[in-house]
Amino acid sequence: MADRAPSVPSTSAPLLAATAPPPRVSKSTSAPSRIPPASSLARFGDKIYGAVTFLASLSIFIIILWLLYQLTGASLPAIHKFGWSFITKSDWNEETNSFHALPFIFGTLYSSLIALVLSVPISIGAAIFLSELAPRWIRTPATFLIELLAAIPSVVYGLWGIFILIPFLKLYVFQPVIQPHVPIYHRHLVHSVIRVGHSHLPFSYNHFDTTHIPLAQVKGIGFLFTGQSAGYSMLAAGMILAIMVTPFITAVTRDILRAIPRSQREGSYALGATQWETIKQVVIPYAKSGIIGAVILGLGRALGETMAVTMVIGNQSPSTPSGVSLSLFDSGYTMSSVLANKFNEAIPGLNLAALVEIALVLFGVTVFVNIVARLLVFYTAKDVHGGK
Amino acid sequence: MMDVTTQKPSSLQDLARSQTSTPTATKILVENVDFYYSAFHALKTINIVIPDRQVTALIGPSGCGKSTFLRTLNRMNDLIDGTKLTGKISLDGEDLYDKRVDVVDLRKRVGMVFQKPNPFPMSIYDNIAYGPRIHGLTNRKKLNEIVERTLRGSALWEEVKDKLKASAFALSGGQQQRLCIARTLAVEPEVILMDEPCSALDPNSTFRIEQLMEDLKKDYTIVIVTHNMQQAARVSQRTGFFLRGEMKEFGDTDQIFTSPKQKDTEDYVSGKFG
Repeated sequence: MADRAPSVPSTSAPLLAATAPPPRVSKSTSAPSRIPPASSLARFGDKIYGAVTFLASLSIFIIILWLLYQLTGASLPAIHKFGWSFITKSDWNEETNSFHALPFIFGTLYSSLIALVLSVPISIGAAIFLSELAPRWIRTPATFLIELLAAIPSVVYGLWGIFILIPFLKLYVFQPVIQPHVPIYHRHLVHSVIRVGHSHLPFSYNHFDTTHIPLAQVKGIGFLFTGQSAGYSMLAAGMILAIMVTPFITAVTRDILRAIPRSQREGSYALGATQWETIKQVVIPYAKSGIIGAVILGLGRALGETMAVTMVIGNQSPSTPSGVSLSLFDSGYTMSSVLANKFNEAIPGLNLAALVEIALVLFGVTVFVNIVARLLVFYTAKDVHGGK
Repeated sequence: MMDVTTQKPSSLQDLARSQTSTPTATKILVENVDFYYSAFHALKTINIVIPDRQVTALIGPSGCGKSTFLRTLNRMNDLIDGTKLTGKISLDGEDLYDKRVDVVDLRKRVGMVFQKPNPFPMSIYDNIAYGPRIHGLTNRKKLNEIVERTLRGSALWEEVKDKLKASAFALSGGQQQRLCIARTLAVEPEVILMDEPCSALDPNSTFRIEQLMEDLKKDYTIVIVTHNMQQAARVSQRTGFFLRGEMKEFGDTDQIFTSPKQKDTEDYVSGKFG
């Protein structure tokens, strides 16, 4: 066996024999292996590499499961005590030890919905402009600015909300709508509005007492404008969130539009399509699933956002019996802001367990939204690309 | 048919005569065209007479400018920043690069089939109806007619007539390319530009598309860029040889392949380089 091992280099051996030392033969092993020893070392390296990356990906699962386990464990007292009523009722009272989270769940979902309604059209419009229409000299600085917006810490947005957005909303939106007597308009101007208002406007300005809410009485949209005019409100939270998620959605959508093959656009232009026809009928349908993904990314950020929302939403459930109000002007409360506000002073026991359960619900809502989003992206992509 | 060349100054007649052995009507006339991508001089003093209702093939090694030239004919290069064209290209005597020319209208008259099949993300039917629809046709019955006629025209009808609502992406590469040809036919162009239409296809699909070109040239003027010299020899009546941005030789396909006048052409068609 031993003398057959170097059979591979033996063909060249006679040629080299005169000038070169005999070909180096590896330590002869019992098996006539043709694989050089270095390779088995490399294979060992492969195994280690595989194991390390496997552990890295495993750690993510472990962290998620561990988190779920801990959250569930710590919230068990509340789960046992309140059951499903935790998410269907709205009473939260530390003194009577009665904890229910509906207003917070609603607040999280509603503020995020407002944010999307405001930001999606702006984001998609901006992305289309940046990728399709903007001249090169605008494209780069504008893209840079948008990415910069995404990097601003949320507390800065919150401060801006408190000092700029809320005073603005209070003075120029809430008060004129809710309390038309507040003297930001001159009286005679208001009077002239009233005269017109009696016959033509859908809502009336003819009472000046603070309890009268004209827009709130308009059929169909009135429910959006009830409530107080303190400034800290669902609308403020939704607007702040919209400003925060717009750069995300814009940047991702822009990248998706840029990634569409040039041949798609050229195919459309070659048929005599205009730029608008090409964007509307070829570019956007091609990018549909990606754009949905971008919106979901923004939604994910909006659902979890804590600081900026806490600073402007009012941190008070609406005073309706259900603790839920669709009014944009009412204050609200989200799951994350409840946690931020109440965790420090929570009394150990049921109170703490209830707060942890809110965290668990927030976790669940986020996971649920992401799963729905994945499915949506998957099915739209399938729809667009014919299952390929 | 009216012979457009008779309306041209005599020097252009000479040009036309020097490039063709049999007199035919001129569809596209290219005079002294230079083209630049920013600083890169991509086309140098190109003069070509493209005859009506024939297949004109453009051959040459990669990067020689043949695709760039093809794309000047429907102003597709307008979409690229920093390009510049000098000289004159006329379609039926009209200057394509005149300021008054509506590019949208021009591209309706000069259709294009691309190297890689590029169906739109919609159904087979909608892919074909796309062109007529953007040009204002909404009548369902007429659209149906166009879809059937163009799919028959591109020899795809029998394969897809039962699944017109299916996504165009579900078709094979060769079918997709025939769909793209049908889509081009649907806007009723006068000229069809083909930019290496078979380079991504298998031999069988290539054969079918070559057959198709044979049929199409009865009604359309076809200009095809190809890397495949056998293909140029099979499908075209005129061939132009491009090298390093210049058009080295242009003439009857038989003559280019059997008795080229230029050394470079001979070397290329005999496979010495390229």
